[in-house]
Amino acid sequence: MEKLLELKNLTTSFRIQGEFHAAVDGINLHINKDEIFAIVGESGSGKSATAVSIMKLHNPLFTRVSGEVLFNGRDLLPLKEAEMNKVRGREIGMIFQDPLNSLNPLMKIGAQIEESLIHHTDFTSAERKERAIELLNQVGIKDPERTYNSYPHELSGGMRQRVIIAIAIAVKPKLLIADEPTTALDVTIQAQILDLIRDLQKEIGSSIIMITHDLGVVAEMADRVAVMYAGQIVEIAPIQELFQNPKHPYTRSLLAAMPSNIVEGEKLNAIEGIVPPLQNMIRQGCRFAPRIPWIDASEHEENPQYHQVGENHYVLCSCHKTFRLKGE
Amino acid sequence: MPLLEVKDLKVHYPIRGGILNRVQRYVKAVDGVSFTMEPGETLGLIGESGCGKTTTGKAILGLCHITSGQIVFDGEDITKQVKKNRSPYRKSVQMIFQDVFSSLNPRKRVMDIIAEPIRNFENLTPLEEKKRVEELLGIVGMSPTVATKYPFEFSGGQRQRIGLARAIALKPRLIVADEPVSALDLSIQAQVLNYLVDIQEELGLAYLFISHDLGVVKYMCKNLAIMHNSRFVEFGTSEHIYENPAHIYTKRLIAAIPDVDPTKRDENSQRRNAINDEYTNQRDKYYKEDGSVYDLKQLSEKHFVALP
Repeated sequence: MEKLLELKNLTTSFRIQGEFHAAVDGINLHINKDEIFAIVGESGSGKSATAVSIMKLHNPLFTRVSGEVLFNGRDLLPLKEAEMNKVRGREIGMIFQDPLNSLNPLMKIGAQIEESLIHHTDFTSAERKERAIELLNQVGIKDPERTYNSYPHELSGGMRQRVIIAIAIAVKPKLLIADEPTTALDVTIQAQILDLIRDLQKEIGSSIIMITHDLGVVAEMADRVAVMYAGQIVEIAPIQELFQNPKHPYTRSLLAAMPSNIVEGEKLNAIEGIVPPLQNMIRQGCRFAPRIPWIDASEHEENPQYHQVGENHYVLCSCHKTFRLKGE
Repeated sequence: MPLLEVKDLKVHYPIRGGILNRVQRYVKAVDGVSFTMEPGETLGLIGESGCGKTTTGKAILGLCHITSGQIVFDGEDITKQVKKNRSPYRKSVQMIFQDVFSSLNPRKRVMDIIAEPIRNFENLTPLEEKKRVEELLGIVGMSPTVATKYPFEFSGGQRQRIGLARAIALKPRLIVADEPVSALDLSIQAQVLNYLVDIQEELGLAYLFISHDLGVVKYMCKNLAIMHNSRFVEFGTSEHIYENPAHIYTKRLIAAIPDVDPTKRDENSQRRNAINDEYTNQRDKYYKEDGSVYDLKQLSEKHFVALP
């Protein structure tokens, strides 16, 4: 498999009260060509910070990023803003979570789609309009001509998300980053948007990074998954492997917390405590240890390492070997 | 005797316009909804955004104007007094809100937040009140020391538990829970749901559980009402609805739930497409000509569906 994107020891720190704290703490992963890769985790796990670091969308005053982001072999981190702008949209497209706030309310839909065409192509204005309408058609909007001339407030949430997807795929980027693309939408609309993303991926042949907290969405979409907790990847596995043979205590606890996985009358498995806030995160040893206090300290490693437990399946820390859910 | 009986509830909002600012038409947020709830029961109210599920909840609480219909609580018609402050009905029905960040007053301490409903209805001495607040915090699994803290010091799950403590402060008999866990992470969601179930058993509460998450609803509720276009399209026990959905909208909703088994991906996608085709092509079989929903008719003892 050819690697499209490779993250090497990527660390993203945010400044909080004068001090820098790592939200993404030295992660390593790669994304292959033509693959849907999911990053799953709760809020505060660093999954969105990873996406923002790849696109370099953070505010440099408050953020420090180190490590390497190799896209087709080229490191994106040292690039100047002007060079980076050639990558954004052209090479890597992004779909944001909130369809309401990621469109400009004062600009017509058509003009917003054409923006990226103006930057990255030398189409004439007639060609741009033609392409914009073609894109609206491609993302399943029924009346593209009218939508082309409407403002965002005239569209429903699902329609807006379709427009955002149209913008993201306008110049056929090789990599699409979708940050919680369906979280703000109803289930039926969510199913439609996920289908659309999957179809488009086959059509344009790009890779996708799906960032989500919803394991159901992951199961429906991804080829490979990374589970993040407190800035680290705790488990990385092919999709079937992760759901049939989850190893890390965090992954297993999450699966047991899903209401749809529960037999009637049983209790949901609530994970004790909370994801630690950045400032108070203990960065030594297994970071999930405080939330599974019934596991003896000797089961964890002092410096957790990745262990291979299957083909392309890696788990952080040795505590997975003896871990059992509470009450098991 | 049922705890709550809602009969043909309608909530219409007028749209004003024109030079004279006259009422031009109505938005029918809720248009003829009837159901009953037994004491201690959890009824799930499901639908997409804009279907009228929150408005139904608000109408029961007296938080919006009821256009027509009747609300009978404990055998007493309280349609007229739902909006009256300090009526005993207000004591028996409470609400938990979706947004844990805006439903607690940021400038009040936890003890004032929880004691507010108590102060409205009961004359307790400060000492008794303090004891009561601590007791309530204990029920939702929080230490009494948090009483002097402010909401910003808590995480989402803890805030929702404070909201829950406030809701049960007056020992209500019915709680309207409007998407109580949809803003929370999965592990925290499980925590809050477990507390909801425990408290229900302990206090014999009834929940009207409003949600769009069918996984959560399946776990929480015995009976379900599926709402679409301001009316119920299907009503029944959760087994009936999940295993035997009769209305195309319900089928579509259930088919849209993401499946956690990645091997069934293609199968699910095919079924979903088939149902979507039926939904778009055979709409007239399930909806009236103007797109509105038919009246409910009985399929079996506990299963109703809106079909012609």
